[in-house]
Amino acid sequence: MLSSHYSKPIDQTGVEERCARFATRSIKNQTKIEGLKMALNMIDLTTLEGKDTPGKVKQMCYKAIHLHDSYPGLPTVAAVCVYPSMVAIAKEALKGSAVKVASVATAFPSGQSTHEIKIADTRYAVESGADEIDMVISRGRYHSGDYQYVYDEIAAIKEACGNARLKVILETGELGTLDDVARASRIAIAAGADFIKTSTGKIKPAATMPVTLVMLEVIRDHYFATGKMVGMKPAGGISTSKLALHYLIMVKETLGEAWLSNTWFRFGASSLANDVLKQLVKQQTGVYQSGNYFAID
Amino acid sequence: MASKKTTSKTTLPLAVNKTYKIYIGGAFPRTESGRYTEVRDARGGFIANVCLSSRKDFRNAVVAARAAQEGWQDRSAYNRSQTVYRVAEMLQQRESLFIDEMLTMGYARTKAKREFDASVDLIVHYAGWCDKYIQIYSSVNPVASSHFNFSVPEATGVVASIAAQDAALRGIIQACVPAICGGNTVVMLASEKYPLCAVTFAEVLATSDLPGGVVNILTGNRAELQSHFASHMDVNALIAWDVNIGDEIAICRKAADNVKRTYFYESGNKSLQPVDYIMNLQEIKTTWHPIEIIKGSGSGY
Amino acid sequence: MSKKPDKISWQLSPAPESTEHITINKRYGLFIGGEFVQPLTKKYFNTINPATEQVLSEIALAGERDVDAAVKAARKAYTTVWSKMPASERARYIYRIARLLQERAREFAVIETMDGGKSIRESRDIDVPLAAAHFFYHAGWADKLAYAFPQKKASPLGVVGQIIPWNFPLLMAAWKIAPALAAGNTIVLKPAETTSLTALKLAELMRDAGLPDGVVNIITGAGDTGKYLVAHPDVNKIAFTGSTDVGKLIQRSIAGTQKKLTLELGGKAANIIFEDAAIDQAVEGIVNGIYFNQGHVCCAGSRLFVQESIAVEVERRLKHRMESLVLGDPLDKNTDIGAINSKGQLETIRKYIDIGKKEGLEMFQTNCPVPAKGYWCRPTLFTGVAQSSIIAQEEIFGPVLAVQTFRTVDEVIDKANNTPFGLSAGVWTDKGSKIFNLTSRLKAGVVWANTYNKFDPTSPFGGYKESGFGREGGVHGLQAYVNLT
Repeated sequence: MLSSHYSKPIDQTGVEERCARFATRSIKNQTKIEGLKMALNMIDLTTLEGKDTPGKVKQMCYKAIHLHDSYPGLPTVAAVCVYPSMVAIAKEALKGSAVKVASVATAFPSGQSTHEIKIADTRYAVESGADEIDMVISRGRYHSGDYQYVYDEIAAIKEACGNARLKVILETGELGTLDDVARASRIAIAAGADFIKTSTGKIKPAATMPVTLVMLEVIRDHYFATGKMVGMKPAGGISTSKLALHYLIMVKETLGEAWLSNTWFRFGASSLANDVLKQLVKQQTGVYQSGNYFAID
Repeated sequence: MASKKTTSKTTLPLAVNKTYKIYIGGAFPRTESGRYTEVRDARGGFIANVCLSSRKDFRNAVVAARAAQEGWQDRSAYNRSQTVYRVAEMLQQRESLFIDEMLTMGYARTKAKREFDASVDLIVHYAGWCDKYIQIYSSVNPVASSHFNFSVPEATGVVASIAAQDAALRGIIQACVPAICGGNTVVMLASEKYPLCAVTFAEVLATSDLPGGVVNILTGNRAELQSHFASHMDVNALIAWDVNIGDEIAICRKAADNVKRTYFYESGNKSLQPVDYIMNLQEIKTTWHPIEIIKGSGSGY
Repeated sequence: MSKKPDKISWQLSPAPESTEHITINKRYGLFIGGEFVQPLTKKYFNTINPATEQVLSEIALAGERDVDAAVKAARKAYTTVWSKMPASERARYIYRIARLLQERAREFAVIETMDGGKSIRESRDIDVPLAAAHFFYHAGWADKLAYAFPQKKASPLGVVGQIIPWNFPLLMAAWKIAPALAAGNTIVLKPAETTSLTALKLAELMRDAGLPDGVVNIITGAGDTGKYLVAHPDVNKIAFTGSTDVGKLIQRSIAGTQKKLTLELGGKAANIIFEDAAIDQAVEGIVNGIYFNQGHVCCAGSRLFVQESIAVEVERRLKHRMESLVLGDPLDKNTDIGAINSKGQLETIRKYIDIGKKEGLEMFQTNCPVPAKGYWCRPTLFTGVAQSSIIAQEEIFGPVLAVQTFRTVDEVIDKANNTPFGLSAGVWTDKGSKIFNLTSRLKAGVVWANTYNKFDPTSPFGGYKESGFGREGGVHGLQAYVNLT
């Protein structure tokens, strides 16, 4: 039995109190501008819909590189995140940029398929050019107590990823308690995850501060024990600049500034980018902004 | 039993008189000081010698009381209740003994009978309180955060008690039984005027399933001992009956050395109910614990 | 945890709370009989901002005759107005005070922070809202006292004298005033000499609330003023929160009088972490336990007991967490650790830190920068401490934690109770049965299990042993302010 299967208890009320404390941090002036730019650069711009088409994906990729051209010196987002069938299109659209292509895989979002199909799904995405793979864990197996299966599956997908970085989606909204979030995080990290990620975006609640804090603390524990860094990606539900800045404060105070780059921290989001842009322009002009001035793609 | 006119002409066989000793840690030692005082009847006839306890006897009694305190408090309320009830049973059985003793000490027969019956009543009443005062004086407190919060009374600890002078039996019962109902242990100084019943009551306690050290009974001189009662740093509370104002001031000043809780009662005070004597020797303890609310906490988790 | 690769430095910019909307008078008189009056002593003393050492205002020094005037005003208000008023009317006044305090919350928070040095985050999020909550909760008791004391008739005591400390100036005033008013008493209250301002602002507020003249009187001054109040023959009750030494003096001095007394004194609380605890929340509890309000908390978890098997793990996480604490300008919204309340207190804390060093204990302090002016102490912890160390025995009243390890449940209970104090304790374990074992065996008036330093008006607060007697808050706290017949 793996030691990662056991987790230390988590007290939910205490976690929420700690999160409330992050939210009292007042982020002003230069800190705010730097934080907003950092947040932009950490976004995995995402479209994961049944109705995704090459046209839609290309538009999103254009946006990923040209966030708001009238504002000089803006970073790009970190990556775009698409289904495996759209990877090649995205790869082509982003050619020459630093923006990575991430693909969901392993029978996303439910993960209810066979081992072979999940491996094939992953290989297809990697062969299509994906730099990063966002897999889902088998929650059904997890809840039936078959932690070994969950672990083995992650390890096998990691192998199938080759050089692509692996993000492991726990789908915390289906795990039930923070204790389970911590346990699933430990399993994923032990099995070789480069990133752990909260959610698919298809289940509510998706990312929350308490869930993210618990995952960050598991990452910190792993770092304390091994000296190895693991990345974190909250996904779904983070749509305002203010909330994103509170997440960054949480990362800074829980893990340290070494994690404050898109190598180690990402936001999985679709509408966050424009809100951040609005705030940046507001900081620049001193005038509150309207959505009409920010392109939606 | 109080000796019957040891000075008068003897009828055979010669009565075997009781030596009145003090009661510490469940045993009946003599005072370590070797001092005594005579108890005489109304006509000056010798009745018995009783111990003139010293500060060292008091110290030993506090050690015994402290050693017994946690174990006594940890007993279930039901068990404490039955033990106190057992005291009433043992007392009832010795009715004639106590009445004789009171007669010897100068009580009229009807008064002695009344005193005895009221004493049994009082103990039975207190026995019933052991497993009830906690319910009545506890609370669940609706705090404005995600915590379960409750307050319960708990024993103060070791109580030094100076019994009333004038009620031969009820005085000593009032001075120790409420304290023990609430899980405290007691070192009690008996009435100087009526010390015999106190020692005989110790024999009742000794046969009542009450663990040694829960009640310790000293006989002796109030003026000599009270400052030690007040100053001992391992005594948590001091209760005393019929103390004059000068003594009260002296006691309080010493009692402050370790922030003792002090209560001065008047015999015959009708404004206090029996349970008040229990509650004065209780601390209120409040406990907090978080409540995990998956759905209700607003953050989704 | 700093690693090299990315050289990001994302520091918090200053975020000071505005002081523009508040007014502090140049000088404050004594609040007696519903108005601010000159002290008969004609003397004033300065109150300063401990973060800048700048003078904020001059405060009247009440002498014996001033105290007498205040007690007379309170007596007059008691006999002519307050005791005659229907209880439901009393309730309405107290509700009004609660509401006005909520409306002026920001102003009170800023002044509390300026006068006392505590961080604006705490005065804004804890002190002031809790003070308002105390008035609101107790208001409702005024006409329900019969339900609080079954089989008894509760009547007010008369004039009560209340003496409060400098660590929670407004909150302590609310803890004292609210139940006393609800029970029908009138009040003479003395705030601590370093933190008089919010009590005086509260006086203004109570005047605005239309509270009848003399029902609450605020007299300012130091120890002597308190002594006069305690000694005044027409005071029926003394409620004191402060040091154990002063508490003992008061207990002695009222010997033989009919004055009732409640004492809320010092502490040296054990905060106990078992190996099966939720470690990160426990670490947070340790931080809240000892670094809340710069450790100026009578119930601070100043003795940390960590089960030896997890001592290394806890210590590393604790130090890591401590490094994220921001020390500095108390008015900055990001400040976690404000200024030490006074120069004298800073000297006391330094004395204990020196003792710890001399005892050869391992000391850790965080790296945070410290402002040049004002009174400051970095979050500090000593490890490898034994129960026989002075810093594990005496109340330091500062941000200094003594860490001891233990092996078994019985051992830690014995050590936790091995103190003359008994105000509070903390227990961290995921095992319910273990919690109840500890909560029933710890000799402390408040036991926080898997949490620490939580307060609520419905929750009784007060100590065992030399931490005092009587309770404040909740239904049990009412008893301190009534005669029962």
